[in-house]
Amino acid sequence: MHLLDPLAPDLPQVPTRDGFGKTVVELAEKDLNVVGLTADVAESVRMHWFAEKFPDRFFQCGVAEQNMAGVAAGLAYAGKMPFIAAYGVFSPGRNWDQIRVALCYGDANVKIEGSHTGLTVGPDGATHQALEDIAIMRVLPHMTVFAPCDAMEARKATIAAAKINGPVYIRCSRDKAPQFTTEKTPFEPGKAAMLKDGKDCAVVACGAMVHESLLAAAELEKNGVDAAVVNMHTLSDVDGKTLEEIARKTGRIITVEEHQIVGGLGSAVCEALSEKYPVPVKRIGMKMEFGESGTAKELLEKYGMNAKNIAKVCREMISAKR
Amino acid sequence: MKITLENERDLKLMANSIRSDIMEMLVEAKSGHSAGPLGLAEVYTELFFREMNYDPKNTHLEGRDRFVLSNGHVAPVLYATMSRAGFFPKSEIMGLRKLGSKLQGHPSKKWLPGIENSSGPLGQGLSIACGMALAGRLDKKTWRVYCAMSDGEHDEGATWESILFAAKYKLDNLVAIMDRNFIQIDGKTEDIMPLEPLGKKYEAFGWHVISVDGHDFGALRRALSDARGTKGKPTMIIANTVPGKGVSFMEHLYEWHGKPPSKEQAQAALLELANERAKIEARTDAKGNASGGGKEAAAHLDAGARKGAAAKKS
Ligand SMILES: Cc1ncc(C[n+]2csc(CCOP(=O)(O)OP(=O)(O)O)c2C)c(N)n1
Ligand SMILES: [Mg+2]
Repeated sequence: MHLLDPLAPDLPQVPTRDGFGKTVVELAEKDLNVVGLTADVAESVRMHWFAEKFPDRFFQCGVAEQNMAGVAAGLAYAGKMPFIAAYGVFSPGRNWDQIRVALCYGDANVKIEGSHTGLTVGPDGATHQALEDIAIMRVLPHMTVFAPCDAMEARKATIAAAKINGPVYIRCSRDKAPQFTTEKTPFEPGKAAMLKDGKDCAVVACGAMVHESLLAAAELEKNGVDAAVVNMHTLSDVDGKTLEEIARKTGRIITVEEHQIVGGLGSAVCEALSEKYPVPVKRIGMKMEFGESGTAKELLEKYGMNAKNIAKVCREMISAKR
Repeated sequence: MKITLENERDLKLMANSIRSDIMEMLVEAKSGHSAGPLGLAEVYTELFFREMNYDPKNTHLEGRDRFVLSNGHVAPVLYATMSRAGFFPKSEIMGLRKLGSKLQGHPSKKWLPGIENSSGPLGQGLSIACGMALAGRLDKKTWRVYCAMSDGEHDEGATWESILFAAKYKLDNLVAIMDRNFIQIDGKTEDIMPLEPLGKKYEAFGWHVISVDGHDFGALRRALSDARGTKGKPTMIIANTVPGKGVSFMEHLYEWHGKPPSKEQAQAALLELANERAKIEARTDAKGNASGGGKEAAAHLDAGARKGAAAKKS
């Protein structure tokens, strides 16, 4: 696995929304059918680079996420490949019905960027922290859901999205995050990436929590605990094969996500394992509550989603009697 | 007990204090919205220090008027106004956007007593206000619903759904006040998604529409009283405001929609606001209608007086 040292202090700090925004521009250079839409949040979700470069293919919808999704469906039905970009809480939060029927049931080739997802949105508070978006997107037939772990992977997910003929949701974040994967790190939709092997337990994470999990694994290693770390970047159809392998090997799974523990990655992992190879699972994430204002760091600590707590949960699980 | 300001000079001084508070809160928070809140100081002063009936120490008071905020990102002006009105100590405004503070980045019903609805997502407030107005009417109450909205949120379909609804049910106990500042995040409203003629649209949808200078207390007061007298229709007061009002380098610029001032900018802003304050004091002194020698004369009405005022209204 090609990875930069997750502990290196000089890793580039880039938000995943940047990886998405830059890549849409590249895709549009090659494909004239690529069009971009936003809902009065161009710069925030990094659609402004596209808007500057391709003003004729950019459509500003105003604060109207429902209309944006419907218009995108129409564009797609008539042969275009729309990328619609807004905050995750509003798209898919507000326009879910349009996404369900016009995009999924209607098989529209539309790519959705939900930016500002997770607790790391920080001071804006609960209303702006998307913590349910994986659940509502993962449940939709025909929808592909990616939750990239860093900006480099967001780039690969965006390229992969363009290759899929159908609706795709790309979950992005606002906050800068360490970029620890490289051009060479494999990204195969539907195939979980085994970032670190291990035998005592396996941490399965997505998004920014993948890096936290690698930090946790490094800390555990100091205490003689050998934890595997798996990046589950595709959430629409979780990779049951990889899950079964690590479940057989470690016997314990810990899931970590910037999302409610119901309906998201944790649920998806439990669903897959219960049919293939049930082992105890601990889910780390929001325990069915709303977030609040604070810095990203404070919030991850308060809600138990930082490396320190991930390591603690792993240790507790290992020492618990079976 | 609610603090009522009747004198134009005191109202202006209050709006000026609120602007200073907004700048102080935002520079401390290091994130948040500047332009909208600064433009709304007079509207919020008029509503909280003159128009609405409520008790800051008894936020569940049964007969209180309901203030529904739709464009939650203008939280700083609401918090500054509420602290000045006695809902919570002024010292707490510096907690804005910090972990554990009642002053969440967007106003939260769960965190701060006196907040009627949690907001942030645009285009929800008017629906909630409609529901409250319906409930008030079902129960034959005389309290009124005040819904504060922005212009940008008129891009949302849901806003228009509630505009239709309010007219259908003839919600004359509902008055909406729109911050018509012609900006949103990505640019000027008429470039992002043209809204004009907005007043005519409301009229066509069956509303009573009043367009006012949102910085003119006299005009705001007349509009609100006109709304109180209007029967069989909801009223929309289009408050024409200057985004960033009072801080010259922010005025009219959409770039200040969602940005806090830096330390230096906040200092410059506070200096401008202090100069403006001195002018208000000097001007009104010359006219001879000053009260309290430069200090805000906050008239504390007793319960009886307030009740009398409320009765006169309806
Ligand atoms: C449903 C929804 N979509 C998007 C946003 C993000 N947003 C926050 S403020 C804003 C601009 C709205 O314009 P306006 O309220 O007129 O802003 P202001 O005049 O205060 O600058 C947007 C798009 C939101 N809060 N809610
Ligand atoms: Mg506006």
